[in-house]
Amino acid sequence: MNQLPRIVITGIGLTAPNGNQLDEYRNNILAGKSGVTTIDTHYMGELIAGCCDFDTFQYQKKKEVRRGTRAGSISIFCANEAIKNATIQFENIDKSRVGVYIGITEHGNVETENEIYNISQFGYDTKFWSHHHNPRTVANSPAGEVTLNLGITGPHYCLGAACAAGNIGLIQGAQMLQLGEVDLALAGGVSESVHTFGIFAAFKSQGALAENDDPEKASRPFDVDRNGIVVSEGGCIYTLERLDDALKRNAHIYGEIVGHAINSDATDFVLPNPKRQGECVQLALNKAGLTPNDINIVNTHATSTPQGDIQECEMIRKIFGNSPNTFINNTKSFIGHCMGAAGTLELAGNLPSFEDNLVHQTINVDNLDPACNIQNLVINEPRKVDSVNYILNNSFGMVGINSVLIIKNYKE
Amino acid sequence: MTEEEVRSAVVKIIEDVAPDEDLSEIDDNKALRDQIELDSMDFLDIVMELRKRYSVEVPEAEYPELNSLASCVTYLTPKLKDK
Repeated sequence: MNQLPRIVITGIGLTAPNGNQLDEYRNNILAGKSGVTTIDTHYMGELIAGCCDFDTFQYQKKKEVRRGTRAGSISIFCANEAIKNATIQFENIDKSRVGVYIGITEHGNVETENEIYNISQFGYDTKFWSHHHNPRTVANSPAGEVTLNLGITGPHYCLGAACAAGNIGLIQGAQMLQLGEVDLALAGGVSESVHTFGIFAAFKSQGALAENDDPEKASRPFDVDRNGIVVSEGGCIYTLERLDDALKRNAHIYGEIVGHAINSDATDFVLPNPKRQGECVQLALNKAGLTPNDINIVNTHATSTPQGDIQECEMIRKIFGNSPNTFINNTKSFIGHCMGAAGTLELAGNLPSFEDNLVHQTINVDNLDPACNIQNLVINEPRKVDSVNYILNNSFGMVGINSVLIIKNYKE
Repeated sequence: MTEEEVRSAVVKIIEDVAPDEDLSEIDDNKALRDQIELDSMDFLDIVMELRKRYSVEVPEAEYPELNSLASCVTYLTPKLKDK
């Protein structure tokens, strides 16, 4: 990557179950505040879920919201917030040189389920099926809605990559900047999956849906009583720029993307493969020219499933077991699994560590599973460290896709 | 439905389809699309809502009958007289 232009993060826009701005989100994390609550569904009643409460109409007209999708609204909110956070004078820049790259776990299930419910009220007569269904469900829809909202005429598309998608949105944005295809990338990931009952039903059938009397305790990676995934919605979009461009306009730099990797398990539709995950981590380290001990924070993907957490811990133990400078945490314990947004939201939960030298904790670890007892696992209280120079962010997804990002604390 | 009720039903649908528009000063005799932002997909929403709410079918060939509020009332009143 050394010969290519350096890429930096200059703005962050997010909505998470426990915050709609970076400061609020980070403060709630450090205070141990979960955002997990419940949601009512058409067919399954009340379910544990992480839901966002941003103001939909802050950046959209009522008709835009009516015509578009929840994933589009999340994307539009995050993109506008990122631009504002980056202090970019958006009205003055060339919109044909802006690209929108948004990672999604899936798209269209919400709208399809809504239409099926709709026609069920009319005896399943398909003449009541909405003409909006196709534009709402094309796979580029969330990114496309951002371009409609902001008048962007550069490229836009979504990256479908299960729960590895958020990181992959960022990687795509960085690569397009390096190729000179665009001058500003709005890149990240979103998910509106709590609005589809199908994801809950499928995880339940799989025996992988979290259950707990207290929703805030349901997402509990590494704890012996973890019993599955908390499905959440959310979004996090970054403004990415080439370092030279960012310096030219005196932008605040949150971090530099110095390593990334994507690989495939080629093993199973659902079960992860820790060997391939480890290869992905190692590939990202190699690309960045780093050794494991250079990494100060590893943000795990662990989703609070009995087996998946153990497998990731085994992989981390192998790679980082002799790295005294490396601390391990998990952001899903606060927000649940935000699917397509997981990678980018979890990264955002950790980026402030560059400035405050605090490694955020993993909450709800009342009884640490011995199989997850890895060195320097930060549980229940934040850990103050001497310095944070590198963060490594894991995101893995179904059908065996792994993505790893390494962000460097940029210093002039 | 009386003509007045039909007008009110159509206005209610348009309010839902075009929620950002102010319909208080709309001219019944002028084309709707010249007065408010209504594209072809919005227009199809009006047709869909007439179908859903009042079981009224508007064949494509008769879409021009929904050009203005006045023409809507003229065209729809016979169809809605028993509603």
